[in-house]
Amino acid sequence: MTAHFPILQVIIPLFAAPLCLFLRIPRLVGVFAIFVSAAAFLISYGLLQEVITHGTISYKLGGWPAPWGIEYRIDTLNSFLLLLVSGVSTVVLLASLSSISRELPQNRHTYFYTAYLLCLTGLLGILATADAFNVFVFLEISSLSSYTIIAIGTDRRALAASYQYLIMGTIGATFILIGVGLMYMMTGTLNMYDLAERLPAVYKSKTVLSAFGFFIVGVCLKLALFPLHLWLPNAYAYAPSITTAFLAATSTKVAVYVLIRYIFSVFGIEFVDMSLPLGDIFLILGLVGIFVASISATFQLNIKRLFAYSSVAQIGYIILGLAIETQLGITATLLHLFNHALMKAALFLAIGAVFYRIGSAQLNHYAGLGKKMPLTMAAIVAGGLSLIGVPLTVGFVSKWYLVVALLDKGWWPVAVLVLLSSLIAVIYVWRVVEWVYFTPPRIITEEVKEAPLSQLIPIWMLVLANIYFGVDTRLTVGVSKLAAQSLFGVNL
Amino acid sequence: MWLAELPSFIPFFLGALIALLARGHLRSFLMLAIVALSGIHLYLLPGDVNVTLPFLGYELIPYRVDALSVVFGYVFHIAAFISILFSLHVRDTVQHVSGLLYAGSAVGAIFAGDLITLFVFWELLAVTSAFLVWAQRTERAYLAGLRYLIIQVLSGVILLAGVIIHVQKTGSIAFSIIGIDDLAGWLILLAFGIKAAFPFLHTWLTETYPEATPTGTVFLSAFTTKTAIYTLARGFPGTELLIYVGVTMACFPIFYAVIQNDLRKVLSYSLINQLGFMVCGIGIGTTLALDGAVAHAFVHIIYKSLLFMSMGAVLYMTGKIKATDIGGLYKTMPKTAILCIIGAASISAFPLFSGFIAKSMILSAAIKEGHTWIWFALLLASAGVLKHAGIQIPYFAFFAHDSGIRTSEPPKNMLLAMTIAAFLCLAIGIYPKVLYQLLPYASIYNPYDVTHVLAQTQLLFFAMLAFVWLNLQGVYPPEIRAINIDAEWIYRRLMPRLLQNIFTWVWQQDKSFRSAFITRLNVFFDYLAQLHYPIGRAFSIRPTGNMVMWVAVLLAVYMWLLLSFVD
Repeated sequence: MTAHFPILQVIIPLFAAPLCLFLRIPRLVGVFAIFVSAAAFLISYGLLQEVITHGTISYKLGGWPAPWGIEYRIDTLNSFLLLLVSGVSTVVLLASLSSISRELPQNRHTYFYTAYLLCLTGLLGILATADAFNVFVFLEISSLSSYTIIAIGTDRRALAASYQYLIMGTIGATFILIGVGLMYMMTGTLNMYDLAERLPAVYKSKTVLSAFGFFIVGVCLKLALFPLHLWLPNAYAYAPSITTAFLAATSTKVAVYVLIRYIFSVFGIEFVDMSLPLGDIFLILGLVGIFVASISATFQLNIKRLFAYSSVAQIGYIILGLAIETQLGITATLLHLFNHALMKAALFLAIGAVFYRIGSAQLNHYAGLGKKMPLTMAAIVAGGLSLIGVPLTVGFVSKWYLVVALLDKGWWPVAVLVLLSSLIAVIYVWRVVEWVYFTPPRIITEEVKEAPLSQLIPIWMLVLANIYFGVDTRLTVGVSKLAAQSLFGVNL
Repeated sequence: MWLAELPSFIPFFLGALIALLARGHLRSFLMLAIVALSGIHLYLLPGDVNVTLPFLGYELIPYRVDALSVVFGYVFHIAAFISILFSLHVRDTVQHVSGLLYAGSAVGAIFAGDLITLFVFWELLAVTSAFLVWAQRTERAYLAGLRYLIIQVLSGVILLAGVIIHVQKTGSIAFSIIGIDDLAGWLILLAFGIKAAFPFLHTWLTETYPEATPTGTVFLSAFTTKTAIYTLARGFPGTELLIYVGVTMACFPIFYAVIQNDLRKVLSYSLINQLGFMVCGIGIGTTLALDGAVAHAFVHIIYKSLLFMSMGAVLYMTGKIKATDIGGLYKTMPKTAILCIIGAASISAFPLFSGFIAKSMILSAAIKEGHTWIWFALLLASAGVLKHAGIQIPYFAFFAHDSGIRTSEPPKNMLLAMTIAAFLCLAIGIYPKVLYQLLPYASIYNPYDVTHVLAQTQLLFFAMLAFVWLNLQGVYPPEIRAINIDAEWIYRRLMPRLLQNIFTWVWQQDKSFRSAFITRLNVFFDYLAQLHYPIGRAFSIRPTGNMVMWVAVLLAVYMWLLLSFVD
């Protein structure tokens, strides 16, 4: 049984998705989805333990050996992210039962869970597989289903947003496919580790170089790196709250994983160094992205858009860690991947709870909510503090490692800029606080109450995780360091 | 024993929780009891304590008790106890809770054995104290509190920057001697300096303290600046720069205190003057000087809170604090008047009062190290203290012209708190050994030798003589605006006028520069707003087309980079 964990992780949600259609009763489907996601979470926990104690696991699909069959390969890096994705997905699903009843028509609930589980399948598949073409397949599964769960709500603007996302996502996926295809042309293999062995022979060929170019642009579209981020704010702002919480916490993170995996395990860091000043490009795009998106966030009137722009800025930090190109830098990137997922999931769930009560995500409708929904608002403040990087929250831990990595590289002006940009985060978080606590109520009526327990519990689970991992960093820092070591160990 | 390792700030934070939940006499009793117990607990500690905790791969030391920190620990407990007692009659949970949190953060900061813990408490200190200012609930207090908070948080940010560079360089987060050899040292010194009210960085102090609640100021006067003194003594002993900074701090407030009408503002300036002595002692850096600085901080906390308490009592009973509005209160508040005079005598360093035994240590250390000019300047500053704090405060509040205000003694808890403080002033002044044996560097010093007593007494009596004479001439009280050709005129009229002209010029320059800058900034912000608001340009461009264009541009750039440098 445990030997099949790598594939079960992916297969369980894949088969569960169509089963949802047979169950039909919306509440039952919801509970079923929670169990499926929880099963994936338990499996990924088991995998992480296994990888930490026994090292990398290689699983051959159907018993076919690697270069011919499809191989799933679990190491520290992807088991860490598998744990994150399945964990966040489970917690978010806990809140979904009440949340979607408000935001979706009754007859679409079953479809929502079906698409959600498919999206989960796609994300977990991308993480688990060691086959370059398989990555593309799962990328399409996750993308197509995420267009669905974005557009499935009653907000008609979500349709346009989802359409934009579809166009951009398809271009991104096509570019990735072109990249994979060109590599296949030159090497005749699709297995990542086989590719890594055969590529050095053809490093100088223009086909491989073009493959790399197409691949980078495609992935950067998927992970919403400035200036390719424009699809993201609308998609996050108008999607149902549960979708936003799930996608904001996981989908861009998985795209970053793909980038890291290809750079380190497929192309190899020396190829990247030789062919492209990628560190400098990422440094500039990351920094500009941080500032432009943060400033945009301070001007938003819709709180979901506000935090969506903040997500773009946070991706800037993540890419900045990558641009450093040292072990410390990758550690910071991985830490921030994990920590940012925790923050954004907590924030968007809390925003969803407010939407459940007042039916709006406009910032000025938040006036006076501090008294009406104290626990939910406290969660937003805690998430905001974490976003700023206040000590005792996860935000502090990842900022600390990022700044240390920057100083270690000797880029202290960049470190100063990073700290300055936190001040902009103070501004947009403070705007929320001001509306919530210091503005007299305008439109909220007397009957607005605290969010229901079914939403408060998942929200506070995430908030407490924000604080817990901000204090006890053994798991996150330990695993990130191990993963960074192995990434460099393989290629140096 | 596990109890020994219980950090002192925990009882304070527990106390804050109790203050939040309990009410009435029970709350009063519990708050006092918990601070008293925490003090006893600290006193009973068998020796040095080091509690360590792993964090981010470093060893945190959240609780370090050694000879230097424990003295501050004692006096912070005393100050917290007195301040809480003084504010018991207040029915405002915000003040009680934030007061305890604030005192607890200060205690946490001085027992912090590493820089990260220090930073956390440093920021807590800023945030919790701001509520003591806001609790006054006036528009002025709100704005003053906001400016105060910004400056204090800025100090924290600078500290963090310094700490990161320091840790990066040395690889250790331990908080010990830092020195100003590199950028990290300068940044940390700047952060400490903001809290210690170095010249030009001091405005938050004189602006905020007079705006806080009558009881809140008592808390404020004790903790923030003295925490900074402790950190300076820990991180920068013997830094020569600090001698000159200290002397400046000791001297310049004398001139500003004279022209203030708000008596709490006078006390705020005199607070800076007193800090100057301590900073100077730290700068000299010999064991005697450091002991002197610590001893001075110890006694200073007590008599300064006594003075702020007496002025708080006056403000609480009459609602007024301007020198021109009050006077003649000794008739109805005789006990307060006597207690205030004891505080005034202590700050002026009369023999047998606590100020004397500490200040003379710093003066002796200065002359021993050959800093004659420094010694002379400090002596001048001592005379100034007598004038503005020792005489001006009690004289204008309780004597001078009779304002006609008839009130009564303040509530019992206020009187009791002031009595305890006054008792401590006298006790330490008469039995200095009690304090001396606590001092970290165990210097042997006898303040009561003939030269000291005579010199100090002479100085004081001449200063008093001058005041009495000026007063008989009818030139002293500020409400009489007659112009006399007199030495007095130089600093009451000419100097202010000259200064005023200079200042007006500077302010005008400053104002035009600032307004130009702000206009620029506003134009920039408007531009950003136009760009980013939902109706703005960055928004209205059709994102799909826009993004596809960016995709094409990026692809082209990558391809060019990749393919044109193949060889």
